Amino acid sequence: MLDVTSSILLDVKNVSQTYATGSGEAANPVLQDVSMSLREGEIVSLLGRSGCGKSTLLRLVSGLTRPTSGTVSISGEPVDGPAEGVAMVFQSFALFPWLTVLDNVEIGPRAQGVPLEETRKRALQAIDIIGLDGFESAYPKELSGGMRQRVGFARALVVQPKILLMDEPFSALDVLTAETLRTDLLDLWQEKRMPIKSILMVTHNIEEAVLMSDRILVLSSNPGRIAAEIAIKLPQPRDRLDPEFRQLVDRIYALMTQRPEPKAAAQSGGFSMPLPLVSTNSLAGMLEEIAAPPYNGQADLPHLADSLQLEIDDLFPLGETLQLLKLAEFAEGDIKLTPAGKRFVDMDVDQRKRLFAETLLANIPLAAHIKRVLDERPSHRAPAVRFREELEDHMSEDYAERTLRAIINLGRYSELFAYDENAQAFSYENPQ
Amino acid sequence: MSRISSIASAGRRVLPNHWDLIAFAVIMAVLAAIARGYHGIVAPLPPPDVPVISLDYSELPYYAARTALRMFAALAASFVFTFTYATLAAKSRRAEMLLIPLLDILQSVPILGFLSFTVTFFLGLFPGNVLGAELAAIFAIFTSQAWNMAFSLYQSLRTVPRDLDEVSRGYRLTGWQKFWQLEAPFAVPGLIWNTMMSMSGGWFFVVASEAITVGDTTITLPGVGSYIAKANDAGRWDAILAAVATMGVVILLYDQLLFRPIIAWAGKFRVELSASQEVERSWVLELLQRTNWIRIGYRPVVAGLRSVSFWRMTPPRLFPPNAVAPSPVASRILDVAWIVAVAALTVYALWSVVAFVGTELAWPDVLNVVQLTFYTLLRVIVLMALASAFWVPVSIWIGLRPRWAEAVQPIAQFLAAFPVNLLFGAAVSLVLIFHLNPDIWLSLLIVFGTQWYIVFNTIGGAAAFPNDLREAAANFRVHGWDWWRKVILPGVMPYYLTGAITASGGSWNASIVAEYVKWKDQLVTAHGVGAYIAEATDKGDFPKIVLGVAVMSIFVTLFNRLFWRRLYAHAERRLRL
Repeated sequence: MLDVTSSILLDVKNVSQTYATGSGEAANPVLQDVSMSLREGEIVSLLGRSGCGKSTLLRLVSGLTRPTSGTVSISGEPVDGPAEGVAMVFQSFALFPWLTVLDNVEIGPRAQGVPLEETRKRALQAIDIIGLDGFESAYPKELSGGMRQRVGFARALVVQPKILLMDEPFSALDVLTAETLRTDLLDLWQEKRMPIKSILMVTHNIEEAVLMSDRILVLSSNPGRIAAEIAIKLPQPRDRLDPEFRQLVDRIYALMTQRPEPKAAAQSGGFSMPLPLVSTNSLAGMLEEIAAPPYNGQADLPHLADSLQLEIDDLFPLGETLQLLKLAEFAEGDIKLTPAGKRFVDMDVDQRKRLFAETLLANIPLAAHIKRVLDERPSHRAPAVRFREELEDHMSEDYAERTLRAIINLGRYSELFAYDENAQAFSYENPQ
Repeated sequence: MSRISSIASAGRRVLPNHWDLIAFAVIMAVLAAIARGYHGIVAPLPPPDVPVISLDYSELPYYAARTALRMFAALAASFVFTFTYATLAAKSRRAEMLLIPLLDILQSVPILGFLSFTVTFFLGLFPGNVLGAELAAIFAIFTSQAWNMAFSLYQSLRTVPRDLDEVSRGYRLTGWQKFWQLEAPFAVPGLIWNTMMSMSGGWFFVVASEAITVGDTTITLPGVGSYIAKANDAGRWDAILAAVATMGVVILLYDQLLFRPIIAWAGKFRVELSASQEVERSWVLELLQRTNWIRIGYRPVVAGLRSVSFWRMTPPRLFPPNAVAPSPVASRILDVAWIVAVAALTVYALWSVVAFVGTELAWPDVLNVVQLTFYTLLRVIVLMALASAFWVPVSIWIGLRPRWAEAVQPIAQFLAAFPVNLLFGAAVSLVLIFHLNPDIWLSLLIVFGTQWYIVFNTIGGAAAFPNDLREAAANFRVHGWDWWRKVILPGVMPYYLTGAITASGGSWNASIVAEYVKWKDQLVTAHGVGAYIAEATDKGDFPKIVLGVAVMSIFVTLFNRLFWRRLYAHAERRLRL
């Protein structure tokens, strides 16, 4: 027991983070009461959907943001500003376009006043480890995405951090490049050629998490909490086709599509429910894909993600919208069409729109509310700001805006109501 | 064999090559011009009756050098101002509350109207020395550049990419390090572009500010502007033409020796993921980069500057760092105190202006000025409309033909820098010969210099119009009025507006010169606030100047806010491709 605590590098205790909403008073928790730790020698993934606060958690650990409550400590020292001993790799690479590869890599030690010769030695060493030799004097613009992210890694290594933080480091890369970089990184990690003691990675890619981590922390959204912890005991290097691997992936899919407790959604007329912004074409396309062979009405989510080439950040909002509209439902890592969903697939365009309008009115309280307001008003027009304000009582400005966009999109498709962008108003008028 | 080649290559690295020779010559020429120009600056002010300016052509290069040097000094001052003012505004929330609106108003104030004050002020600072007059002229140019440069930097500082900001903080760069590693480089492209735009306006002001009469004091600084003023007084056409040629050469040199190289160099500061197709080139920069000796010379300088940029400098803290976040209540109280202080200052300033103007003028004068300002407003609106109606179709026609666009765009930029004073002779002669109504025909002078902003921005917009949209329009046989209304006009609108806003601002300033025109001993004036200000300046009637400038500023600000900004916001939202 004592042994375990002594090797704890990072300790996050009861951390909450809230951002003030538009009115400034009511606060929306991004993270609520999160506790976690990172031991020496392990790779831990924070897995979750966009908006679950996983990037926020990473920034709290790095000291870039400070928690509203709770504590973060690294090697027992509390973090109260950009922390020493951690270095971050960014999704967008975040390289300075006006600096060469070498200058970019050297920026950390130079900023700390490390002597020039020492800096140069360490930089060249990092460049060598990470496989960037020959690119020292290139500008980031001249490099491919993969090479740019290697610069990101070299820049992190050169400050000799204990903990490497990675914020979706492979998600901006194409599939092949991402795989190469992952493998290279794992090789370096296994061979202990990097000065790093442990890695904390944020990802929304389930397979990536299973492939790389010793432990996965699954975060739930709104507010962000740690929903589950999964230890991965599979030996490295791991094989994606290994049945055990597939089983783990399936299990995590099931975990992440569990229906949230029907908590506050029912009260306040369903207004607290943020809607994801999805394309109606994708909705129809997904229904058709599930209905067609080989799925025939019920699809395994990892397979569906693969065949549609969708990341979970695209797949889940689609699935969730279908579930809200009662056209499909999640079940144990699968997605299944409802009878209405099956009928939808066989319909022509006008019938589809009619069915869509019905299910929208029946299942999305916001849509019914807008229609009611339009009916009540003699002019049959209502400004968007009215609904935006109502939404902002229950969610942040961003979510309110996105929810409004989503309902406009769904309403237009179903021809339930029209929206005039110039006047920012809902109405029934469509140009004849 | 290998030994010989190795010696040859070693030699090539150190011995001067022909690039060195050219570069050396160019640099020496620039240095000589600066030295010659500097020589006269600290000389004592000559007695008023000695003619300072000779219309001899051979003096023109010297005058041109003095004018160019003045421009350069103003540019340097603008940079200093920009880096302090904009940085302060971007870093301090309370400073921002005051500084940004202030900047916004300063942008709308017709600088030319204030020339009389600044001249008096600077002459008072250095009595009996020509330095005061020099500073006044430099200040006039400075005011035409500084505001929009400061805005550009401020905006860049506020829009630094989030991820790069996180990198800087994550790798624990100090404020000083972060400024030079991230914020300043990020701001460079915008700042350079704005500097170049300001420069065009600057030429107009340098010409106006070199020869100025305030009441009994007449100031004549050696320079192209004074030369033009003198030529106007003497009615010498040939001298005007010589001045035009000289201005042309100076503007060209500024462009080729200063701005092109800087723009080409600034290309690397653009934050974009892929290498851009369009690479700016400059023969001067290539010359500098290929020249061995110069490279050897600047490398340690660059390394030295880089070291300076990494100094671990932190500003002294006024208060010890807070363990807990500052309480919102205390912060709110400070805010309120600050706002009250600013409001008090504003009230005091307003009161002192009113008191000053009130010493001599009463309400009828105010009404008169408002009426005159309406005339000028009408003039600006009508002329802008006419210039747009003529130039937009022409510019679109040019812009859609890449080879034409390439040739015309620099010429338009060039013409924008030409001061309207050059046309006084022609204007007065024509008005007198044909007995024209000056209220109508002098108006043309207002847009003489500013219409070019519309031209080159619209050309740029048409050139950037996506080819697939043109093809789609052709494919569906959209033509005639429909093509203009639905295809190309919305397409170039944001670009056109950028040009039109600049042109509109410039036109107000130009009205001060263009409504009150002298040629030899003949004076032609139009009714308008510009003429009112110009006449008051001639007579040294300060309350009238203040009143005129104040009313004009209010009009310009309102015109910008109520008309241009809204239009621009709409275009940005709906029409940006």
